[in-house]
Amino acid sequence: MIDTLRLTAEEANDLLTRGEASSRELFDAYRAAIDERDGELRCFLRLCDDVGERIPIALKDVIGTKGVETTAGSKILAGYVPVYDSTVAARVKARGLSLLGKTNTDEFAMGSSTENSAFGPSRNPWDPTRVPGGSGGGSAAAVAAGLAPWALGSDTGGSIKQPSALCGNVGLRPTYGTVSRYGIVAFASSLDQVGPVTKTVRDNAFLYSVVSGRDPADSTTVDVPPVELPEGEDLKGLRVGVPVEMRDAPGIEPGVADAVARAVALCEELGAEVEECSLPRSVEYGLPCYYLIAPAEASSNLARYDGVRYGFRAAGDELTAVYERTRDEGFGDEPKRRIMLGTYALSAGYYDAYYGKAQQVRTMIIREHGEVFERFDLIVSATSPTVAFPIGARADDPLAMYASDLLTIPSCVAGLPGLSIPCGLSEGLPVGLQLIGPQLAENTLFRAGHALERALEFDYVPERLR
Amino acid sequence: MTQWEAVVGLEIHVQLKTRTKMFCRCETGFGAPPNTHTCPVCLAHPGALPVPNRKAVEWTIRLGLALGSEIAERAVFARKNYFYPDNPKGYQISQYDQPLCVGGSLAVPGVEPFEIGFVRAHLEEDAAKTVHVGGGTGRKIGAERSLIDFNRGGTPLVEIVAQPDIRSAEQAERFLQLLRQTIVALGISDARMEEGTLRCDANVSVRPAGSDELRTRWELKNMNSFRYIGRGIDAAVRAQVALYESGEEVEQHTYDYEPETDTLTPHRSKEEADDYRYFAEPDLVPVEPAAALVERLRADLPLLPADAIRARAEALGVEDAWALVTTDRDPAYLGLVAGGVSEREAYNFTMNQSIPAGADLGELVKVAKAAKELTREALSGAVAASADAGFSADAYLGQRAVSDTGELEPLVDAVLAAHPGQVEAYRGGKDGLLGFFVGQVMKETGGRANPKVVNELLREKLAS
Repeated sequence: MIDTLRLTAEEANDLLTRGEASSRELFDAYRAAIDERDGELRCFLRLCDDVGERIPIALKDVIGTKGVETTAGSKILAGYVPVYDSTVAARVKARGLSLLGKTNTDEFAMGSSTENSAFGPSRNPWDPTRVPGGSGGGSAAAVAAGLAPWALGSDTGGSIKQPSALCGNVGLRPTYGTVSRYGIVAFASSLDQVGPVTKTVRDNAFLYSVVSGRDPADSTTVDVPPVELPEGEDLKGLRVGVPVEMRDAPGIEPGVADAVARAVALCEELGAEVEECSLPRSVEYGLPCYYLIAPAEASSNLARYDGVRYGFRAAGDELTAVYERTRDEGFGDEPKRRIMLGTYALSAGYYDAYYGKAQQVRTMIIREHGEVFERFDLIVSATSPTVAFPIGARADDPLAMYASDLLTIPSCVAGLPGLSIPCGLSEGLPVGLQLIGPQLAENTLFRAGHALERALEFDYVPERLR
Repeated sequence: MTQWEAVVGLEIHVQLKTRTKMFCRCETGFGAPPNTHTCPVCLAHPGALPVPNRKAVEWTIRLGLALGSEIAERAVFARKNYFYPDNPKGYQISQYDQPLCVGGSLAVPGVEPFEIGFVRAHLEEDAAKTVHVGGGTGRKIGAERSLIDFNRGGTPLVEIVAQPDIRSAEQAERFLQLLRQTIVALGISDARMEEGTLRCDANVSVRPAGSDELRTRWELKNMNSFRYIGRGIDAAVRAQVALYESGEEVEQHTYDYEPETDTLTPHRSKEEADDYRYFAEPDLVPVEPAAALVERLRADLPLLPADAIRARAEALGVEDAWALVTTDRDPAYLGLVAGGVSEREAYNFTMNQSIPAGADLGELVKVAKAAKELTREALSGAVAASADAGFSADAYLGQRAVSDTGELEPLVDAVLAAHPGQVEAYRGGKDGLLGFFVGQVMKETGGRANPKVVNELLREKLAS
């Protein structure tokens, strides 16, 4: 009997290598778990049947997959079947991984709860009345509920880290430029990054090593240092910063603050030098800066959806009517809101005050983080100010929803890597600890995350499913 | 009465003849069946990303160097956002505030030389081609349906923006001829207006002569030859002068030039003010050409047409030098001169003969030297065969023209006797008839007479 709730990807791979399970048996075990639990959780938008040589994987539905419908959670892409594989899909296939299916996401990855998916929300395996986070809630919930050994998500302002925190997973948003965006349905090009969602830090490091590296099809990719699978159990020699503005940010739930404080104390016990530090402008201006740059780029990236070449097309008696109705009926409220915001921010007469200013602020945020990383190897904070919130609680309040990403956004704006690991429970729900490093410091994050994971002994199987 | 002067600035688009498109690996597809040179990138499928064409970047730098531009150390691609069926991404990747080439100028030789400055030259991608079917005019208005061919979409395009330094339609045509020849000499484009690989819009205004003000301008589009550009400019200048002289103002407009009626009609497609919402293309990193690359490209520049004209002008005069170089005949001319043909004879030979590309100029030198002695058939036959493998001039050099006046004189007499009316007309002042008589004599000799000798004989006889 394969216990998909408990089995890590590494253990699944070991079963395969030792001949104790075939790739077919593994695939079928996850399909059985999906059959059992996905009716309630709704992690998958569609399932696949081709079994590869190795273990399975789930991919967020913004990741283009040749021959498999890819909608990015939007009605406007309903029926769109890519004619090519994204680079990351090609890389996981080349390693023999089998595609279990495509996971739910907020429409075009715009959201923090998956409630913006045109195909309905996913649910949190720890408490199905609550959201799994977003936008990559489908991937995170699937991994937490044992429906996939691991998954890939995409992160623009927290879409890997925040759902991983809310579902008790390990999620990495890599350094901008380390993972190819070729074939990923674009939200905000200067911020989008694909990354792994896993049960353990070692699984995460391994999957990152599979998908990362320069890609000639994505000009913004860079060479990536060899990934080291973490082994050690201490943090000796690491200088850990605690940004006070992130620790003391308004809206952090007491249970979250306590769990994070215990994890910070643990860093010291494990041999790290822990000190307070400060990112005042990044925390104050990160969110507004992000909500100008991301919608501006989105307004341009989403212009291609006109109903002519692929996807959904509304009927109309002439071309302009087809365009207008396709976009009106095809896009949900959140993409429309961001298209309008972004179009406005880029308009003549407003560019300098909004988009231009946001770019200057972005430079300032990069510089402020750079100064902190002259003194520290990594900084830590809560990933999300709150644990998973009830479905519907923030659905009518975009600003409250945007605040979900208060702590994840500054480092995203700065292009820096961030790893979220579970660090305890609050009100019976997982709390995420965010580790942020300088550019290309993924190995440091894996090392620290692994040591903390060992010491924390967090049980990643949702209590109600044990 | 006010003397008016034209102020004209040109924007020129040049389609580069790279093997592949600007941002994908599709081959450029001029003449191929519609929509056969496409891929996820140039069809704007979700997730597709642009990768710049290295050759197109180098060729733009090569052009910039030829125009004396400064090559930017850091150029940035930008998105120009607009919604149109021929623009599948909803934005065109272009360059905005940080173009690849800045400044420069082109000195145009002539009896009255002039110089036109450049604002910039930048690299972008071409739009797809829209074909409007039905409705008769081939334009969007009134068409029954519109079809799109994405083969052209994404072809590299250089936009050159000239300063408003042009003062007449003649200057505009001359400047464009020289610019076109420069582009051809660089080997980066065929630069043919009739095929759309060279396109030009003109911004035209007028002002009192001698003033330095810049008045409201009209933008002229859809002119498909240098000649029509000149005529469009003339039409705009006439219309604007008439407006000012009747006390009216000129309002900013875009017009199409209609060659059939020599008039301007309002350009219909863009009624609203454009807001392209430019921003730096986040899918691409800035282009930072290495100094060594720029120097290598500079060292690789060929002799530029403007310099060639100035060099040939010493022997030929500037207008003949212009005619020689702007019709692409300079290489053949140089080959003949190098073989010892005099400059004037080499000029006459290259201008009168259609020397094929790849001609064996060493052998043609022999033909050119003997040109006056050879029959017309021998001349044209030799030139036509001069690019063939193993071409030898010797086979043609034997076919000498008849220069013996003793043999030609009776023929000349017979021709004159047979056309008494024309003889009388010639003597009455119709000099043009000389060609007619020469033609008759040539006909009698089966083209073998030496036209120079026939000419002399005819003049002699007709004068007496």
